[in-house]
Amino acid sequence: MCLSIPSKVVKIDKENNMATVDTMGVQRNASLDLIGEDEVQLGDYVLLHIGFIMNKIDEEDALLSLETYKEIIAAMDEEERQKAILEDDECPNRGV
Amino acid sequence: MQLELKNLYDDFRDANTMRAYAKIIHEDAKKLDQTYHIMEVCGGHTHTIMKYGILQLLPENIKFVHGPGCPVCIMPKERIDHAYVLAMQNDVILVTLGDMIKVPGSNGSLQDARSKGADVRFVYSPLDCLTIAAQNPEKKIIFFAIGFETTTPMTAALLNAVTQKNITNILFHINHVTVPEAMSALIADDTSNISAFLGPAHVSVISGSKIYEEFPRDYKKPVVVSGFEPVDVMQSISMIVKQFVEKRCELEVEYKRAVSYEGNLKAQELIDKYFQKAESFRWRGLGDIPKSGLRLRDTYDALNAEIMYKKILPTQKIDDHKLCICGDILRGKANPLECKIFGTVCKPTSPIGSCMVSSEGACAAYYKYGNLL
Ligand code: SF4
Repeated sequence: MCLSIPSKVVKIDKENNMATVDTMGVQRNASLDLIGEDEVQLGDYVLLHIGFIMNKIDEEDALLSLETYKEIIAAMDEEERQKAILEDDECPNRGV
Repeated sequence: MQLELKNLYDDFRDANTMRAYAKIIHEDAKKLDQTYHIMEVCGGHTHTIMKYGILQLLPENIKFVHGPGCPVCIMPKERIDHAYVLAMQNDVILVTLGDMIKVPGSNGSLQDARSKGADVRFVYSPLDCLTIAAQNPEKKIIFFAIGFETTTPMTAALLNAVTQKNITNILFHINHVTVPEAMSALIADDTSNISAFLGPAHVSVISGSKIYEEFPRDYKKPVVVSGFEPVDVMQSISMIVKQFVEKRCELEVEYKRAVSYEGNLKAQELIDKYFQKAESFRWRGLGDIPKSGLRLRDTYDALNAEIMYKKILPTQKIDDHKLCICGDILRGKANPLECKIFGTVCKPTSPIGSCMVSSEGACAAYYKYGNLL
């Protein structure tokens, strides 16, 4: 009941203060009553929760997280590669 | 890179990223010479942790204790009895959210009331009450409002619509509770062994990260405000473990993409307009916690079902089943597997305690994902 769902704003109905959001292919109406005027625009990513838009998802911050994840995976892969080389060095079959 | 909606889902559930964080956590945890207990306050986190097998990814000395953050689980039976009695009135349609309908009170659950002819409905959004009210002008619609800071502003928005449109057939039974007060109560209990908190992000989306400031400052407990995707949770655990290693004690935000220090001010304004702190709220399992609940401001007495129906609402407090240890589980002192009737007498299809009824409860999570343990 408590969890909010990331969604994309596809339509804004100013008169009724409602938006239509897309949640991975499913379209739903959501109230803009908890959002300041003009704070949410078409194409924005938002958190949807029990029929309301709770707020906007900051794209830059999301991308920054994804960037960090790529880096730590790359660091892990590199470490594993180094380890594999080292282990290879101790290989008893070496030079056979 | 251009952000797409599917990035917000897939990339925050990526197994490789989780493994990478698990590795970092293991490395850091080796530098620690004691066992630490992190409490995830919210039932949503309990589910992520169980569903994605996060406990299995963690080192021996980093443990989780499950907290009280499931609004259905902490609802005391006497409040459910209120809902039941209200629902049984001929001219009432009782409306609520989610699993509330299944939780047994002392006369049975709302579902039982329904089978006896009561009109009980559960809705996706509180605003659905407006449609129900318009279609049933001869009936009183009572919205049994539940939830933490995350659902309170939506109730406030409904109140706003009701007062602005002068709708006379919607009333409110308010059971909104607040997270920080419950956390302080848990710390105040000296037998608790909580070393740090995983703060629920959506609560801070509304109330800001500021609500947790007192915990590192006054109680020396680090708090990391975390999102609900499994990668968010792993990253947050890593941030907490780093604090342990570096002997820091801070409030940090992992879920920066949607949480600010101040939170959603418009939502806070609406909450403040309609609600004030109640003297106390009796939490199932935790007992009375001062200032941990909200009530309608006196100006709105006419919309307050607890006042308008005072004569018929029961007042006695009702305790839990003797064998149920939900209380200890909600306090982070026991694990569902320690309950003697877990999975045997008490199952999701025949729940004894509330931790099993709500899909967000710890017992339900252990039951559903128990094969991972
Ligand atoms: S298994 Fe059932 S009876 Fe036991 S603590 Fe959980 S909810 Fe209570």
